[in-house]
Amino acid sequence: MHASSIDLAHPDGAAVTKPGLGKIVQDTRFVFWRELLLVLRDPFSLVFSLLQPLIFLALFGPLLGAAVGTEAFGGESSLQWFLPGVVVMISLFGTTMTGSNLQYELMTGSYERILATPLSRSSLMIGRALKEWAPLVAQGLLIALVCIPFGFVFYPLHVLLGLLILGIFGIGIGALSYTLALITQGTEWVFWGVQQTLLFPLMILSGIMLPIEAGPGWMQVLSRYNPLTYLVNAERELFAGNIGTDVLWGLLAAVLTAAVGLAIGIRTTKKQTI
Amino acid sequence: MIHTDKLTKHFKNKKETVEAVKGVDIDIAPGELVAFLGPNGAGKSTTLRMLTTLLSPTSGSARVAGVDVVADPAGVRSRIGYIGQGNGGGHSYRVIDELIMQGRFYGMNSADARARARELLVTMDLQELEKRTVIKLSGGQRRRMDVALGLMHSPQLLFLDEPSTGMDPQNRANLWDHIMRLRAEHGTTIVLTTHYLDEADSMSERVIVIDHGKIIADDTAARLKSNLAGDLLAVEVALASVPAARAVLGQAAADGELEESRHDGGASFRVRLPDGARLAPGLLKALDDAGAPATSLKLNPPTLDDVFLELTGRSLREGAEV
Ligand SMILES: Nc1ncnc2c1ncn2[C@@H]1O[C@H](COP(=O)(O)OP(=O)(O)OP(=O)(O)O)[C@@H](O)[C@H]1O
Ligand SMILES: [Mg+2]
Repeated sequence: MHASSIDLAHPDGAAVTKPGLGKIVQDTRFVFWRELLLVLRDPFSLVFSLLQPLIFLALFGPLLGAAVGTEAFGGESSLQWFLPGVVVMISLFGTTMTGSNLQYELMTGSYERILATPLSRSSLMIGRALKEWAPLVAQGLLIALVCIPFGFVFYPLHVLLGLLILGIFGIGIGALSYTLALITQGTEWVFWGVQQTLLFPLMILSGIMLPIEAGPGWMQVLSRYNPLTYLVNAERELFAGNIGTDVLWGLLAAVLTAAVGLAIGIRTTKKQTI
Repeated sequence: MIHTDKLTKHFKNKKETVEAVKGVDIDIAPGELVAFLGPNGAGKSTTLRMLTTLLSPTSGSARVAGVDVVADPAGVRSRIGYIGQGNGGGHSYRVIDELIMQGRFYGMNSADARARARELLVTMDLQELEKRTVIKLSGGQRRRMDVALGLMHSPQLLFLDEPSTGMDPQNRANLWDHIMRLRAEHGTTIVLTTHYLDEADSMSERVIVIDHGKIIADDTAARLKSNLAGDLLAVEVALASVPAARAVLGQAAADGELEESRHDGGASFRVRLPDGARLAPGLLKALDDAGAPATSLKLNPPTLDDVFLELTGRSLREGAEV
């Protein structure tokens, strides 16, 4: 036999390879870029992603103003209140897709191939989540511009800050969606079931489409435990051109969501592999 | 390069537990070319996945390229290359894009990755397809792309899980050419699994036979064959000489087993002989002396399938689905 014992050294004291922040950032860039290549090679998909929010806004906005009346929004244009909600919603729809796009790669060997590379585990999630968030920058700016003629006041720097906070939040949501795809492997329909079941209550309870203040007490209580509520409030403050405590709370909720999402995602990846 | 100690993997599926790998001990030195051979479900891929940090062992340990797979999986990943049994390219990606990104994942700069990708496209005979999306490749083309992906960063230790499955003979030969060159030029250590008996036989100098999650043999193909199987000698004699021939051949048989069949005008015997080519002339003479001259003689060198048959009582060829 070909016995050789060169590798018998005891593992104790051996240096363990841990990715530093620099490596995570660089790996994230690669993962992000690989995902983005799909869009760049097929730019037509961008057209749809830009059209969707416009259609939504065009159909929903007028109804909202008529149904609730402008007084509910402190006399401002209902758009000023409604637009940030739409932006948060698009970002949710986008970043919850992170897991769905992963599902295809789980079925072939391509996820396994990538897992075997030295890419850091967190960058696999962050890169994918950021790719789902990236179009939001274009989408958000476009709908903001389109709404200006209808009385929307555009504060570019505030809106940009808002998009950044949504990016942090999106990393968390993306990582959770990614985890969901991992644990529902082989029963892909469960992924959609869980995702839809969670997404809609969270959205409604955050006051994203209709003001939660108009709802019953129990809804208002629940909404206080919903991180999304803080995000929506922060975006509303920012879109109104203010930076106050709502923004801070929103930022905190975003950072916490990202931390929790990544922790769960990395744990799941390590449980399934090493 | 690789050392495992009672490496074990159990999968828990609801109530039942699948013991996919049952405590394997493997030692592989730098520069070796080793083939895992075994039927479907034997545990080949599971073993490879543990060695490449894609699965955590249930028990036992493994050191790969000097690093413990559980203690420092990231360290292992940066030292190896892996071509899995599935297709590694993302369906909607272009071939060239995936190759370049793979190089980037391993820390190559953009120019180097592009140059290396172009080089491998030629080697794997894919140069016309660089802008094709993966889903539009044929099965064999996709497999060649998988191999190219695994070779992008020129690893010192390369794992290949059934690399040649689905390739036509020309491309299989190409692949082997390339693997042999890798070894000769860079001293790459190569661990692969295969279903092709002839491939394991002629290409790898060392064959590890796995069945039901256990290693049942581990040696050079040549020694496995001569120790375990031996050449198959088929001798025909006239009907009148059958008893005498039976006595002579029965004595010569390595395992004491002599197969006999009648046909018109004579009988044929089949017997296993270690090193048959050397023994055959003497045996012919012994038959002559016993008054039972051979009317025809055929010597079949052993195959790895004979080895597997000898070890397990099953054939790799037919029993493949069990
Ligand atoms: N994720 C899993 N969950 C449960 N059982 C599994 C899993 N992966 C593999 N197995 C089982 O473990 C055993 C070994 O599988 P493995 O894939 O290692 O076989 P193999 O030797 O590579 O076979 P093949 O030649 O078909 O590729 C099989 O019985 C298989 O069904
Ligand atoms: Mg296999």
